[in-house]
Amino acid sequence: MDQIETGSGSVLREYGSEQNLLSKPDGSATFLQGDTSVLAGVYGPAEVKVNKEIYDRATLEVVVQPKVGMSSVRERAREQCVRETCEAVLLSTLHPRSSLTLILQVVHDDGSLLSCCLNAACMALMDAGLPMGRLFCGVTCAIDSDSQIITDPTAQQERESRALMTFAIDSKERNVLMSSTKGSFSVKELQQCIALSQKASEKIFQFYRDSVKRRYSKIL
Amino acid sequence: MCFIRTAEPLEYHRSFLKENCRPDGRELGEFRPTTLNIGSIGTADGSAMVKIGNTTVICGIKAELSAPPSDAPDKGYIVPNVDLPPLCSSRFRPGPPGEQAQAASQFIADVIDGSKIIKKEDLCIEKSKLCWVLYCDIMCLDYDGNVLDACIITLLAALKNTQIPKVTINKETDLAEVDIEHKRHLQINKHPVSSSFAVFDDTVLIVDPTAEEESLATSVITAVVDEDDQLCAFHKPGGSSLSAEKLQDCITRSVTRHREVGKLIDKVLESTKASK
Repeated sequence: MDQIETGSGSVLREYGSEQNLLSKPDGSATFLQGDTSVLAGVYGPAEVKVNKEIYDRATLEVVVQPKVGMSSVRERAREQCVRETCEAVLLSTLHPRSSLTLILQVVHDDGSLLSCCLNAACMALMDAGLPMGRLFCGVTCAIDSDSQIITDPTAQQERESRALMTFAIDSKERNVLMSSTKGSFSVKELQQCIALSQKASEKIFQFYRDSVKRRYSKIL
Repeated sequence: MCFIRTAEPLEYHRSFLKENCRPDGRELGEFRPTTLNIGSIGTADGSAMVKIGNTTVICGIKAELSAPPSDAPDKGYIVPNVDLPPLCSSRFRPGPPGEQAQAASQFIADVIDGSKIIKKEDLCIEKSKLCWVLYCDIMCLDYDGNVLDACIITLLAALKNTQIPKVTINKETDLAEVDIEHKRHLQINKHPVSSSFAVFDDTVLIVDPTAEEESLATSVITAVVDEDDQLCAFHKPGGSSLSAEKLQDCITRSVTRHREVGKLIDKVLESTKASK
């Protein structure tokens, strides 16, 4: 769990992850990015409610539970982003007329929450052994008032930033699966942030590989 | 080869896209005719209705007085709310707002904050005592795809139409006095305009998708630009991955679209003023 250098000066915080912590869900994982921490659980494939049944693929439901209080409009927007990203990589046609439920419990929010949710979701889906065409990871970039780009910002850095962007990057072609932004920025800055996120994604996928390897080496 | 629209919708659309056109006769990069009506609701402080093809969205703005938020005593509030009632499409059920409506509301709120369309400081009347709250209620009357674009256009037009009365605080009684006779327009700093795109089969990019195209597409993208060609949002909720060239193409098209919509809003505002 070391700081991950992304090569161009910007760093990701300390990453940590553990899979298969919970006994009831079919797959579970925690993901830590610095002090930001999310716990994810996956149930499925299971029986689906008749009104949500899709005849040619599985129905994916994503629930984001905030640390305190009721889930609000902000959580709905996050759920939509995570759900559509997962739908793009999951081979849900292999489980028609069934339901997949992904629950993301925010344990602590210290910035880059959406990217942490995405990473936790991916680790939990892997643990559940659901068929996926490729993996994905989330990277958050903040542009501060001096137009410096910070990857994986803390809550403090997010507050001081001029623009905030979160991308989901796929593991096959390193293309952008999901993009969610706040604040205003130029086209050039968007492209710089995407390039930086793609670079950072290499490190995150390497981290995925290492942590899965570590887990299975214990079992064998 | 002939495909039946109801039985094989995807094949049906593909056969059109192969010929660089779409089932409704448009080219791939062509927007549907956009019509705008400003000041449609007489009882609201500001209103506008926009039609993009069949998609119809109406926005009413209500200004209320309130105490400023305690963490920012020199600011007012702008509260957007998007409603997708069962009236507008069979896909929406009655009851509390669904995920799509809530995500749209959040998106509009992020665009308002990100673009600084109105300086929230302008809505403050007296520091930590009194400020304006602008309730922007956006309702979809007919859902035929691309509601986000319609929402942003109608919101911008309605805000430009909004007039708020002059308010002074009486020093002796410490009460607010509203002068209905003297109304002023809001100071609009930025003009964000959004453009939506759909990606078919991970390769074909089309603009302004209809509801049918949206449901068949592998991914939907919304880019919001302002008059300085700055991006206020680049929203892609998921779906198939997007290459850098496609992304650049989206942004170039959004900039062109901004010019067109900007002209449309100015023209309609001009004509409403003339008719008065």
